[in-house]
Amino acid sequence: MVHIVATVDDAVSDIPDGATVMIGGFGTAGQPVELIEALVRQGATDLTVINNNAGNGEVGLAALVAAGRIRKIICSFPRQSDSHHFDEKYRAGEIELELVPQGNLAERVRAAGAGIGGFFTPTGYGTPLAEGKETREINGRYYVLEYPIHADFALIKAHVGDEAGNLTYRKTARNFGPIMASAARTAIVQVARIVPVGQIDPENVVTPGIHTNRMVAVPAARTPEPAVGQ
Amino acid sequence: MKATNRLDRDELAALVARDIPAGSYVNLGIGQPTRVSNFLALGNGVTLHTENGMLGMGPEAHGDEIDLDLINAGKIPVTELPGASYFHHADSFAMMRGGHLDICVLGAYQVSQHGDLANWHTGGVGDIPAVGGAMDLAIGAKDTFVMMSLLTREGQSKIVPECTYPLTGLGCVSRVYTDLAVFLLDSSGVTVRETFGISFAELADLVPVPLRPS
Repeated sequence: MVHIVATVDDAVSDIPDGATVMIGGFGTAGQPVELIEALVRQGATDLTVINNNAGNGEVGLAALVAAGRIRKIICSFPRQSDSHHFDEKYRAGEIELELVPQGNLAERVRAAGAGIGGFFTPTGYGTPLAEGKETREINGRYYVLEYPIHADFALIKAHVGDEAGNLTYRKTARNFGPIMASAARTAIVQVARIVPVGQIDPENVVTPGIHTNRMVAVPAARTPEPAVGQ
Repeated sequence: MKATNRLDRDELAALVARDIPAGSYVNLGIGQPTRVSNFLALGNGVTLHTENGMLGMGPEAHGDEIDLDLINAGKIPVTELPGASYFHHADSFAMMRGGHLDICVLGAYQVSQHGDLANWHTGGVGDIPAVGGAMDLAIGAKDTFVMMSLLTREGQSKIVPECTYPLTGLGCVSRVYTDLAVFLLDSSGVTVRETFGISFAELADLVPVPLRPS
């Protein structure tokens, strides 16, 4: 059942040191900037973070990286033109990186939410990112065994939520939101507005409310300008 | 087109665009491959996929069209075309891995004569690796095309007997578009489809793998 909380600070208040936290977003699209900034204020540290990237510019995930709260990041594309905070921490040996091909990252997150114990994927076979992993030939093709990624919490930005926790998203800001919502033990979602039940057509629900544990309205959420190109 | 000189970037992009069949579902990688979209004929039914969860991607957005919730894989604001759809990341990569995309076009550091691709990491000390969707795309699409300059700045061929950079995928590249020639790769070897401003013999001197004329 979804708990609707009044502020982003309330929403993240119980995330402890050492937690594993999934954070939605692809670059800045769908990044729950206000929830992340509340987490920076809250002070939890020694975090393991799962995101596609490793922060852009100065806000949101980049601010969490800059504040030194992340012990390890699991992502597919850390290095970008505006990832300077990550670059600095990584080069200083202050943040551990597990680099995962993007589709394997998505499927590992999906698998966690779907109760899958592992899966064989062709992606990465024969490359350095599959080194040391179990492989198998199935019907003449080679696959790599990958395991799910579970998390204690997920921070997600959706578009509209109803009082039952059903969610819609906007355009490519959907990205990791639905799969992270089901993969984390506690999914914390910021939405532009919360509406009464019945206001979202059931046919249009993307994340069913069963996956939404906590929801907060952030009417004027910011989506920072991405850096040009990479 | 009858090219007599090596192709510039736009000519190369136009050539790739012309070779994409009407009605195809296509993913254009970040960087130079994105340029191919400038040359796709409107109305020929090519649908562009972007890995961050969209089919039916339109051109880059400008001015009032810019919506920061609507970006491409290179994180550049884009537009949506009629018939577009959105989906989450696991579905987007299932679309690739499941073999539903007809063509992807990627850049490369190196392609081997066996179609192995290296395009995500130089392996250099101090370089921060970033792979993104390159490995999923390379092995997922029905056809993986590479577009690149044939030679490095030092004049070395990027088509090589074996890749020395870290691999992206094994045996996945079927065609390589370069400024000097188009190469077709299959289990029987490397065929040169056409050359630009260079003879087949001159090309064969530059590229250290066995080449066949078409």
